[in-house]
This record gives sequence, structure tokens and C-alpha cells, in this order.
Amino acid sequence: MNLSDGVQVVSLVILSAMVISAAMGVVLLPNVVYSAFLLGGVFISVAGLYILLNADFVAAAQVLIYVGAVNVLILFAIMLVNKRQDYPEFKLSGLRNTITALVCIALFSLLAVSLTSTNWAVQPATFVLTSTLVAIAKHFFYDYLLPFELASVLLLVALIGAIVLARREFVPETTKDSAAEDSLSLLEKPREQLVGTNI
Amino acid sequence: MSLEPFLIVAAALFCIGIYGLITSRNAVRVLMSIELMLNAVNLNLLAFSNFLDSGNIRGQVFATFVIAIAAAEAAVGLAIILSIYRSRDTIDMEQFNLLRW
Repeated sequence: MNLSDGVQVVSLVILSAMVISAAMGVVLLPNVVYSAFLLGGVFISVAGLYILLNADFVAAAQVLIYVGAVNVLILFAIMLVNKRQDYPEFKLSGLRNTITALVCIALFSLLAVSLTSTNWAVQPATFVLTSTLVAIAKHFFYDYLLPFELASVLLLVALIGAIVLARREFVPETTKDSAAEDSLSLLEKPREQLVGTNI
Repeated sequence: MSLEPFLIVAAALFCIGIYGLITSRNAVRVLMSIELMLNAVNLNLLAFSNFLDSGNIRGQVFATFVIAIAAAEAAVGLAIILSIYRSRDTIDMEQFNLLRW
């Protein structure tokens, strides 16, 4: 890392403020589309924090995978299921939000107190790695080879599972009288009526 | 530069994720909260990898695994949400109570 200490501290403060404010926006904004775009802001700011932590490969992977794939996937899901409906209020929802906020603030203060009071065994940086990419590749292909291959199998399984779960099945048989009204709608598998459905 | 600011930011991000996970009604927002929590975990891993294990960066390897598994989780989770939306015609988390009792 060649940046001076002052630049590092200023970037740390700016990136932390961006991460926290954008994450609050993701959780608290009423419109879910704004939340999805702010989530992209969280991912990019976290990638900046990764660069501050000398992790250039992971920062690049974060930008490529999170911003490029996961965020776009979430935006597509919002586009596909965005139904403008008012959620029916149920009793004690305000109480639930208050209790959850209190529990989260308590958890955060507990974590903050415990991690500031712990005496971490911080190593002084004795030598600087020439390339993090070479070090990560050595880990991947020597001592973490089995998890690496298992991760690729997991990605294949998740790919096939997502296709099986989300595909529309084509239904060829239609009766004569319903063909006219079906011509304007998408051909898909008829909705399965679940037991206990109250819609 | 020290270790604690990164850990505090990660703890704050994790707590915001927990709050969103519990209180949000929209199922897509629940998935976004899970992504926030996974990012907090990654930030922790990279902070410890930089300050406690700087010569032998194992934390970055684990962070890469977490990123791969988060991508798989997002794909399967959104497919499940699409499937639920087709069968129930809503994404309100309070109405997905088929398996509750």
C-alpha cells in the first residue's frame, strides 16, 4: 500500500459513512427499487474498504459478482414480482419494530464493547506480499483444493436448481372456450392451489 | 490504520442486516438484508486477514468462497421468491405462514 496514512484515514471515514448510510437506506426506504440501487452503493463502498485492506482480488470479485450479478438479479426479481400493494397492517407491528431495533442496537453495542476491549494480536507487517493473486491461487490449488472444487459443484447445483424452481412449464392442452381468453395471457403452468391459501 | 474501525463498521452492517431481515415485509428486501450480512462477514474476514495474518492471507480465500456461496444463495432465493409469487400472488412475508404451525 503506497497511500499515505492521512489519505487512508480519510478514505476509511468516507467509505464507512457511505456503507452505513446506504445500508440504512436499503433497510428503511419504503420503495424497494431505491433499496436495490442503494444496495449497489453498499457493495461498491465495501469494495473500496477491501482495497484499503490490501485485498485487490477480492475487491474486483466483489464488484464483478455482487454489483454485476447479484444486484442485477435482484433488480430483475423486483421487476418480475413488483406488485404495488399495500401490506395489510397487523397488530403489534410497531412494537415488533421497536423491539427489533432495541435488540439490534444492544447487539451492536455489545459487539463494539467486546471488540474494543479485546487485545488483538496484531502482527506488524514484516514483509509485503508482492501479489495477493499469486498467494490466493497457491491456497486454492494446494491446501484448499477440495473446497474449491466443491464450490464449483455447488454453483452448478444452484444453477440447475434455480432453473428448475423458476421456469414456466408449457401447458399445451387448452379447451375451445377458454382459448380466446388465454390468447392474451402468458402460457404457463396453472397455479397450484395450496392448502390453506386465503387469497 | 488499525483493526477496530473495520470491525465496528462490519458489526454495524451486520446489525442493520439483522434489523432488515426481521422487520421487512417484502421478500426481496429480506434477501437484500441477507446480502448485507454476508458483506459484513466478508469485511470481518478481510480485516483479520490483513492485520493478523498479513503474510499468509487465508481470509481472502475464505472471502472468495463466501462470495461464491452468496451468489448461489441469491440465485436460488430469488427463484424461490418467483415460485412463491406465482402460487400465492403476493410477496408479503406475513402471508407465507403455510408451514408455521
